[in-house]
Amino acid sequence: MVASQAMTAGAIASNFDTARPTVSKHLQILTECELLEQEQNGREIYYHLNPQKIKEIADFIEPFRQMWDDRFNKLEAIMKKYK
Amino acid sequence: MEQKTKINAEDGKQELVITREFDLPLELLFKAYVVPEIVEQWMGTKVLKLESKKHGSYQFETSDAQGNVVFRANGVIHEFNPNQKISRTFEMENTPFDIQLEFLEFEKLTDDTSKLHMHIVYKSVALRDKMLALPFAQGINMAHNRLQNSLDKLK
Repeated sequence: MVASQAMTAGAIASNFDTARPTVSKHLQILTECELLEQEQNGREIYYHLNPQKIKEIADFIEPFRQMWDDRFNKLEAIMKKYK
Repeated sequence: MEQKTKINAEDGKQELVITREFDLPLELLFKAYVVPEIVEQWMGTKVLKLESKKHGSYQFETSDAQGNVVFRANGVIHEFNPNQKISRTFEMENTPFDIQLEFLEFEKLTDDTSKLHMHIVYKSVALRDKMLALPFAQGINMAHNRLQNSLDKLK
């Protein structure tokens, strides 16, 4: 949701059946982890994604994938000689 | 571009799945897991033993340029169905990591293409996450060492 546009806590909470304080708690944790960023706009606080941080999490598994990808690329290259 | 090797590691689970499609006939993909000389080439390790049969066992070993053994792993093969399936255990020797269970399934897609489905089960969620992070941590260590070397040269 917040990937497409910045949203207020209320707008985010209205998309869930969960109680508003629970959603606020989740937003607070995500903000502490820097996955979300807050932006004050008048009286409202808007939340938007921190793409840099999201990428760090996605990258966490990437070296593991890369290790297997390298091995399998090698396997493929070697076995093509047997065709 | 779509990635050829995919990792599926769901949150909070002690397993992961690696899938890969190959531009190889099924028989050649399977052969790459059975012939010791070929395994050595693509795994980048020495194959001390590889008995591709039910109740067979295997052992791999890797040494550094000075001849020190830096990696040794072994396991037992529980199921061996040619061109279909290998189920085996995998143990890294002299490490705190527990034995893992691996189910390798080989599938024919077309006459010239095939798919590997590798399902790995770990002793715990924490252990799986540690194994997932290992290459990431090694990457950081290597970067750190390179930085340290560069700084040492400046001294």
